[in-house]
Amino acid sequence: MGIVRWKLMWQLFVTFLKIGPVTFGGGYAMIPVIEREVVEKRKWLQSEDVADIFAVSGSVPGAIAINSATFIGYRIGGVMGAVAATIGVLLPTFCIVLLLSLFFLEMKDHPKVAAAFVSIRATIVALIVYAAYKTWKTSAVDKTTIGMIAATVALLYFFNQYIHPVILIIGGALAGIAMIWLRKKLGFKTKLHKEEEVYDYMI
Amino acid sequence: MLIDLFITFFMIGLVSFGGGYAMIPLIQEQVVNRHGWMEAQQFTDVIALTGMSPGPIATNIAIFIGYEQQGVLGAVIAMLGTILPSLLLILGVGMLFYKISEHPLVQSSFYGLRSVITGLIFYTAIMFAGNNGMFTPLSWYTWSQILIFAGSLIAFLVFRKHPVSVIVISGLVGIALYG
Repeated sequence: MGIVRWKLMWQLFVTFLKIGPVTFGGGYAMIPVIEREVVEKRKWLQSEDVADIFAVSGSVPGAIAINSATFIGYRIGGVMGAVAATIGVLLPTFCIVLLLSLFFLEMKDHPKVAAAFVSIRATIVALIVYAAYKTWKTSAVDKTTIGMIAATVALLYFFNQYIHPVILIIGGALAGIAMIWLRKKLGFKTKLHKEEEVYDYMI
Repeated sequence: MLIDLFITFFMIGLVSFGGGYAMIPLIQEQVVNRHGWMEAQQFTDVIALTGMSPGPIATNIAIFIGYEQQGVLGAVIAMLGTILPSLLLILGVGMLFYKISEHPLVQSSFYGLRSVITGLIFYTAIMFAGNNGMFTPLSWYTWSQILIFAGSLIAFLVFRKHPVSVIVISGLVGIALYG
């Protein structure tokens, strides 16, 4: 790789290192910053490209914040560019989580920390219920989907030992295809609507 | 061991549709039941800690568990495992993947997938509430847990507070109540 290439990789890395902490507010919080850093300042991309990139990032598994960094890096600098941007966007999170883990593993037996976590565990249940409510709003579109949600909870609750969650995820995709086909046969219209904005701290 | 970490989180990364919270039962299945890397109670604390950390929750869980098991190298390997499937998909198919995702058949599968994801998250909430002893016969402890749960839920739903601030306040309440 020539010196110009290395310089581009470095610029990609630094740009996304700066964008990294912005993703703390969620993947979509990145959009205005990407507009400023990548489109206006560096002129690496056009404004229209950014919309496409976020559409793709949302359809691939994984967090939008990381996916969009990977995709932008790839568009600008090929495979190496993708790697440079991904490492850049992840590095701040990685360091913070590592520090928190270190602190927690050292302090977890301290009585005050243990007491704090008794309360925090109840808050986590609330956080998960909130996440469930957010996804419910986009997924529970008709009686069929509500039935499938209930069936998933029941299957997991009663047959947890026998059903691996991956099987359920694959089964859910197949059930979706079967149900749409069935609903069409029965003459129901189905709204296959697009995913709504999800905060990235839930991803 | 490092290979186990990598494979576990690669698999999780591959099916990570619709948010990290849906992946918790899968991560628990692998980490607690299959590999025995930690107890269920400790796993709840990991979720608390990673929920408090900035960034995507699945990656955060990978970093914590990797670090706890195999130090910094373990953290790096587990994190790479979670992000590699998306990275490979973007590099390999990118725009094509997006075009495919517009196909009616794929849209139909997402119709079912989204329902299962929602079910998985509801189940996670029930499972964690059970782990915390929130369903035990009513006592001072159960009441306090239900109150903290309700207060936190109102903070998220009504006041739209960020998880970090709610978790920190809850921790202070915990020190006052149980300390």
